[in-house]
Amino acid sequence: MLDITILLDGVAYGMVLFIISVGLTVTMGLMRIVNLAHGAFAMIGGYLATMLLGAGLPFFAAAIVAAALVGIVGAVAELAIYRPLYRKGELAQALMTFGFTFVVIAALTTAFGTGIRTLPVPPTLSGVVDIGFRTYPTYRLFLVAVGLVLALLLWLLIDRSSYGARLRAAVDNPRMASAVGIDVNLLFTVTFAGGCALAAFGCVIGAALMPLEPYYALRYLVLFLVVVGVGGIGNFKGSFVAAIALGIIDTGGKFLVPQAAAYMFYGAVLILLLLRPHGLMPAKSAA
Amino acid sequence: MSEAAGNKGLAAAPIGLRLASVLHLLPWALALLVYVVAGGYLSLGTHALIMILFALSLDLALGQAGIITLGHAAFFGFGAYAAGIFATHLSNDPLLGLVVATVLTGLFGVFVGILILHTAGVTLMMLTLAISALLAEFANQAHGLTGGDDGLQVGRMAPLFGLFRFDLRGHTSYLYVLAALFVWSLVAWRIMRSPFGRSLDGIRQNPRRMRAIGTPVWRRLVVAYGLSAAMAGTAGALEAQTTRAVGLGALSVLASGTVLVMLILGGTRRYYGAFLGATVYVVVQDFAAQIDPFRWMFIIGIMLMAVVLFLENGLVGLVDVAGRALHGPRSPGR
Repeated sequence: MLDITILLDGVAYGMVLFIISVGLTVTMGLMRIVNLAHGAFAMIGGYLATMLLGAGLPFFAAAIVAAALVGIVGAVAELAIYRPLYRKGELAQALMTFGFTFVVIAALTTAFGTGIRTLPVPPTLSGVVDIGFRTYPTYRLFLVAVGLVLALLLWLLIDRSSYGARLRAAVDNPRMASAVGIDVNLLFTVTFAGGCALAAFGCVIGAALMPLEPYYALRYLVLFLVVVGVGGIGNFKGSFVAAIALGIIDTGGKFLVPQAAAYMFYGAVLILLLLRPHGLMPAKSAA
Repeated sequence: MSEAAGNKGLAAAPIGLRLASVLHLLPWALALLVYVVAGGYLSLGTHALIMILFALSLDLALGQAGIITLGHAAFFGFGAYAAGIFATHLSNDPLLGLVVATVLTGLFGVFVGILILHTAGVTLMMLTLAISALLAEFANQAHGLTGGDDGLQVGRMAPLFGLFRFDLRGHTSYLYVLAALFVWSLVAWRIMRSPFGRSLDGIRQNPRRMRAIGTPVWRRLVVAYGLSAAMAGTAGALEAQTTRAVGLGALSVLASGTVLVMLILGGTRRYYGAFLGATVYVVVQDFAAQIDPFRWMFIIGIMLMAVVLFLENGLVGLVDVAGRALHGPRSPGR
C-alpha cells in the first residue's frame, strides 16, 4: 500500500501548490503582468503567521488573519506598484517585481533573522488517522481537505457567481469588459488582493512541506510559475490539474527514484509544454 | 522589411553615427583605466567584464530577437563546465579551451533552439527554465565528470600564447577577458547592424508579418539563439578559466535571473545597456554586500524599482537624458 500513501502525499503537496499558485494565474492571465513577486506575498504571510502564533493565536486563526493582512498588503501593492506597470513592457514588469521581492526579503530578514522558521502544526493535526488499511498523518489529509474545499469554493465563485462572470469577461477581453460597464480596475485590485491572501494562506498551512526561509520567495517562485505555465495561463482548472499532477510526479519521483527525481519533474514539464505549448487548458481557446 | 524593422532601430542609427568614433572608444578606455588603478579590485573588474559578455549574449536573444528566456545560465554553465573539463582532461591551453567551449555551447544552443523555439511567451520561458534545470541536475549527478555538488576544480591554465602567465594578481586574466569581450562586442555590433539583425528586429516586433514577407522566422531565431549561446558559453568558459573553479551555481535559475536583471537594468537593445547594467550591478552588489550580507538585496531592490519608475529604458536612459541636456532642447528627439 506504499503507492497509495505516495499518491496521497503527492496530492497534499499539489494542493499546497495550487492554493499558492492560483493567485499568480490571475495576475498573469487577467492583468497580463509578469509577476515575479508572488512568492514574496506568500512569504510575508508566513512570517506574519509566526508573529501571530508567537502572540498566542491558534494555528487556524493565525493562518486566516495572516491571509487577511496579506490581502490588504496586496491591495495596497496593486495600487502603488502594479498599477503603474500595466502600461509598461513585460521586461520592466519583471524588473520591478523582482526588485520588490528583493526588498521584501531584505526587510523580512532584518525583522525576523535569517534562520529557517518553523510553523508548528497544532496538536489536533499532528497525529495520525486510520484510513482503513493503514494510518496516515492527519496533517496531510487536512491539506487535501482544505485544498478540495478551496478549489470547490473557487469554482463556485468563478464559474457560478456574477463576480466570476465579470472576472472571466475581463480575462478574455478587458476593453470590451469595461465597455459594458464592468469596473475592471476595481476587479483587478480585489482579485489581486484575493490571490495574495490565498498565497499567504497556502504558505502558512503548507509550511511543513515548504519550509519558511529567507529565500522562500525566490526558491519556490519557479514552482509557482511552472504550475501556471503548465496549467495554461489564466485558467484556474488548468492550474488545479497541473498542481496536482506535478505534486504527484515530484513526490513520486523522490520516493521511487530519488536519483532521477529532478529529471522526472522538469522532464515532465518539458514534455508537457512541447506537446501542449499553451498549457494543459489554454485559457483563450476554451473561452 | 525596412518598414517591419520599425522606427526604433532606424531612429537609433543616426544618433550612433553622430556620436560615433570617439564615444565608442570611451568604455574601452575606461576598462584600461580600471586595469591601471583597480589594484585589489582587479578580480572584481574581471568578473564585471565576464558578466557584461553574458548580458550582451542575452541582449542578442532577448533584446534583439525577442526570445524570452529564464534559463540563459544553461549556456553560461555549459561553457564553464566544457572549458573546465577540457582543461582537466585534454589540454590546459586557454585559447584552445575557449574556442572549443564556445563552439560546443553554440552547437548545444542550436540543438535547444530547434527543440523549443516554435513556442513563445511564458511557455518558452518555462521551457528554457526546464532545460536549465535538467542540465543542472545532470551536472549534479555526473559526479565523475563535473565534481557534482563539490564543484569542479580547474588546474592552472598554460601561459597565453606560451608567453603570458596567469599571475595570482589577475593582470593577465583581466586583459585576456577584456580582449575576448572586445572581439565578441565587435561581432555583436556587426550582427545588430546587419540585414540578419534587422530581420531579428522585425521578428521581435511582428513574427507573423515577417513570415508573410518570406522571412524564415524559425531558422533565423535558431541561428540567433545559437550565436547567443556561443557568446554566453565564452563568458562561462572565461569564468572557469580565470577563477579556476566551476560550481552548480553557474547553472542555477538565480544566475539566469541575475543576468536578466543586469540587462534590463542597463537597458535592452541599446548595446551599451549590457555594459552599464552588468557593471553597475556587480559593483553595487559588491559594495552593498560588504556593508551587510543580507541588506544588499534591499539596496539592489530599491535600485531596480527606481530604474523602472524613473528611467524609460534602463540606465542607458540616463545617457539619453544627459545627451539631451548637452545638445539642448532643439536636438532631434527620438
